[in-house]
Amino acid sequence: MPSTTNERACAAAASQPMIEARGIHKTFGRVPVLRNVSLTVGQGEVVALIGPSGSGKSTFLRCLNHLETIDRGFIAIEGEALAQTDAAGNCTYVSEAEVRRICRKTGMVFQHFNLFPHLTVLENLIEAPMVVRGMARDEAIARAEVLLDKVGLRAKRDNYPARLSGGQKQRVAIARALAMEPDIMLFDEPTSALDPELTGEVLRTMRALAQERMTMLVVTHEMGFAREVAHTVAFMDQGELLETRPAAEFFGRPGHERSRAFLNHML
Amino acid sequence: MDYVLSLLGPLAQGATVTLKLFVITLLLAVPLGLVLALARVSRWKALSAFVNGYIWLMRGTPLMLQMLFIYFALPFVPVIGVRLPDFPAAVVAFALNYAAYFAEIFRAGIQSIDRGQYEGAKVLGMSYGQTMRRIVLPQMVRRILPPMSNETITLVKDTSLIYVLALNDLLRAARGIVQRDFTTTPFIVAAAFYLVMTLVLTWGFQRLEKRYAKHDE
Repeated sequence: MPSTTNERACAAAASQPMIEARGIHKTFGRVPVLRNVSLTVGQGEVVALIGPSGSGKSTFLRCLNHLETIDRGFIAIEGEALAQTDAAGNCTYVSEAEVRRICRKTGMVFQHFNLFPHLTVLENLIEAPMVVRGMARDEAIARAEVLLDKVGLRAKRDNYPARLSGGQKQRVAIARALAMEPDIMLFDEPTSALDPELTGEVLRTMRALAQERMTMLVVTHEMGFAREVAHTVAFMDQGELLETRPAAEFFGRPGHERSRAFLNHML
Repeated sequence: MDYVLSLLGPLAQGATVTLKLFVITLLLAVPLGLVLALARVSRWKALSAFVNGYIWLMRGTPLMLQMLFIYFALPFVPVIGVRLPDFPAAVVAFALNYAAYFAEIFRAGIQSIDRGQYEGAKVLGMSYGQTMRRIVLPQMVRRILPPMSNETITLVKDTSLIYVLALNDLLRAARGIVQRDFTTTPFIVAAAFYLVMTLVLTWGFQRLEKRYAKHDE
């Protein structure tokens, strides 16, 4: 009965988490930076990962797309295992080519933008689609222009990044990540390097993305954004993920005393 | 004045030898230096150490000695021993020597590129090779232009070393006439030749720097 199989497959796909991380451990030298961190992100879910500086939020995020490697634990992106650990505690990654293929489902935006300074805005957007996906230049340009419209920077298409403000750079970085058509967007403190008056335009772009049901995991210090846009808040401190709860609930009454202390400090 | 004009012909002949050595060395040493630099920054430790040793050897001994070795001693070395004519021997010595210096310049350039550039490329799905070719090396070129300008100007003048293989380069041609005519005027004309060559190089590098500077505008 093909239809039943099909339905089952659809149901499985719908319930399958976009990101699944279980029992992640990581140390830098002898300093433990992640201690048994587990997090699941569903399709279209926006998760804000918050916590004090040095709590391991960014490191955890960077483990999900292999910018950092884990010592122990399990990571799967859309059901495909990236790293797993056997009973003896040996952590293994899939092959390098597989890692690249799986991580391509994610896009990432950095605190310091990491735009390519020798390329114009447009070239920043078309580089990876052409080089990695083999897209024809004309098609890549057409898509890039749509994305630039979306982030409101069509007029800057032929400028070099050095000519842009921080907020504009970050919007280009978001468009550049979207050009690879990821299913998941990872944001690593996207507004932390910006002047306060420039954070708004970046947050607006991110909010629009959330409204399109993009799956997003956002490391942020913007409590306003976490409260208004995120569905879920995950709180980390000292390498541990202390609580993961619906945003409204978390901000209403944080469960853990350290989250409460953190919120009191931030708000 | 007529005397100076009469020198131009023979000195131009010497200058052709100088220029030929310069151009061929550059064409060989730049790609070789790039390969060495990439090997030097590679994660493969044995390769990196080997290149490190090569660079030490090439920078640690005089270019003239290397040239004499390749011309006179290489034929007697087992397995790789070949007898090269004088000009090719000079070319090989110059290319191997300059590649070592270029490699260090390239390495410095590669390592000056921010980690964020590699990460930005990686999260877009680019492989190490694609990242190097499309992101790192184009940015490196701009940063290495000033030291490369230095090094190529030095190369123009180093070519005068080939007199030890009795090759008639610009300086040796001038010296020949000095000894024949008992006047130092040929040296001054030769100096003018060198100055013109380095002027052209300086100007070329300045233009390149300007072209790359547009990224900052």
